[in-house]
Amino acid sequence: MPGEFPTSLRALETGLANKDFSSVELTTHYLERVTRYNPQINAYITVCHDSALEQARQADDSRAKGTASHLAGIPYANKDIFCTEGVKTSCGSRMLDNWKASYDAHVVEQLHRHGLVMLGKTNMDEFAMGSSNETSFYGPVNNPWDISRVAGGSSGGSAAAVAAGMAPVSTGTDTGGSIRQPAAFCGVSGIKPTYGRVSRYGMVAFASSLDQGGVFGSSAEDLALMLGLIAGHDERDSTSLTEESEDFARLLGSEVTGLKIGLPLEYFGDDLDDDIGTAIQAAAAELESRGATIKDISLPNTPLSIPAYYVIAPAEASSNLSRYDGVRFGYRCKDPKDLQDLYERSRGEGFGKEVTRRILVGTYALSSGYYDAYYRKAQQIRRLIKNDFVSAFEQVDVILGPTTPTTAYKLDERIDDPVTMYLGDIYTTSVNLAGLPGLSIPAGFSDGLPIGMQLIGNYLQEARLLALAHQFQQATDWHEKSAPGFE
Amino acid sequence: MSVSADDVRHIARLARIAIDEAEIANYATQLSNILDFVAQMDAVDTSGVEPLSHPQDLSSPYRDDKVTEVDRREVYQADAPEVRDYLYLVPRVVE
Repeated sequence: MPGEFPTSLRALETGLANKDFSSVELTTHYLERVTRYNPQINAYITVCHDSALEQARQADDSRAKGTASHLAGIPYANKDIFCTEGVKTSCGSRMLDNWKASYDAHVVEQLHRHGLVMLGKTNMDEFAMGSSNETSFYGPVNNPWDISRVAGGSSGGSAAAVAAGMAPVSTGTDTGGSIRQPAAFCGVSGIKPTYGRVSRYGMVAFASSLDQGGVFGSSAEDLALMLGLIAGHDERDSTSLTEESEDFARLLGSEVTGLKIGLPLEYFGDDLDDDIGTAIQAAAAELESRGATIKDISLPNTPLSIPAYYVIAPAEASSNLSRYDGVRFGYRCKDPKDLQDLYERSRGEGFGKEVTRRILVGTYALSSGYYDAYYRKAQQIRRLIKNDFVSAFEQVDVILGPTTPTTAYKLDERIDDPVTMYLGDIYTTSVNLAGLPGLSIPAGFSDGLPIGMQLIGNYLQEARLLALAHQFQQATDWHEKSAPGFE
Repeated sequence: MSVSADDVRHIARLARIAIDEAEIANYATQLSNILDFVAQMDAVDTSGVEPLSHPQDLSSPYRDDKVTEVDRREVYQADAPEVRDYLYLVPRVVE
């Protein structure tokens, strides 16, 4: 991708360690690409030019002293949902357009402790609510493969930044597919780990029982290296798992021989685009030829995952977003006539339409008389969906399927039709409802647009998922393709 | 499930969100569509199914009862809309 510098983390690490180039040179190179390409793509909300170069100088110093962590000096792009002390943390919303976080998120602390260099904060759907990045207060992200199309969402900026070579790696969050879907649309790799793997401390809340941080990169190997830095127990998040981080790259060299891979029948129905179905079947055949066993499985409650998700996520969101009251931080309306007016207009003017819709749906679903019919019912279906996966993982080691039913669609095509937009999340939301790890990697093209393959693993099986993804990437070169014009 | 304009006004009031009158009808249509869509859950027999509120059925963690928060009032209030003498100001509530 970007000219004289390699792109993989291993190669960048080697280049920095051998003094082939400095972090300041590498960071300057990426900042130049951001200057050149961001006007077309709109992947970044905030570019941290000066602080990035300062962090790069510190990384170079620590390398010179021999005290550097192994990925020190490598630049990354940070989704604008992660709090960054002293740097605007907008969450894609007018509500937080004026807010500088007063502390760093756990993920940010970890990356900075390891000497990574933050290039800037990336664009996203407002409060991570959206599948196309069109709900951002800062405008949509354009897909580097076709700038008339969406980059996906909600982590559209982070996916597009990697796809356009404006960062080698980036952070993301995934509540219903917000890492995997934009990864698929932009032709990059992205992983959502097991719920609880990555601390939610300092990650602006959307739906707390579903939200999970993760990363984007150009390969499964990059994901493994990045995930190792940000995973692990953090007592400041009460749902953080007690498991310590691990070397997620340790199994990358393992053969796929003997691995049982399940293809869910429900992921290959009429709603799946033909080219995507063909590409995913070809990918499964490739893994079979390398010794894996392919088996048809069923996840019968899959069609219910979207209705259950679009009750549970808005319900949790309506509660979480009640904190934006125009009093303590964030947007406040002009000249409120009384306290009620201050609340209502600050929120009415500060939130965009999709966020408002979801707060209304969530408020309705939780309101007196409707709780059992909507929220309790959705939670019961959530149990059925989880049970589907529990049964499936008694038969297979990994589940393989498409990430999305279509490739990236045109900007404005679905934005006024929420239900059609929601249906695009059919293969991703169930993974969040169950709390499982899932990743998306490139697996082909349809009319020049990337196709994403999703791998879903059992709890805490990220290393195995990444190993399978890595073996696929050893056998194929889909992940090495660059978007035309962004080489 | 049809959501009326008055329903939207009521829910918006509960959620403390001001909505322009011109937008009410559009929200009513979209909310109706969303609720019609999620109504497919009704066809599923979930009697006896324990609701799952969290993916991992976690128990609440405990910690020692020690002070861990330091006073960062000035930092937190630096971005507040209106502050005086370390108090957040709002319009008068009691006449």
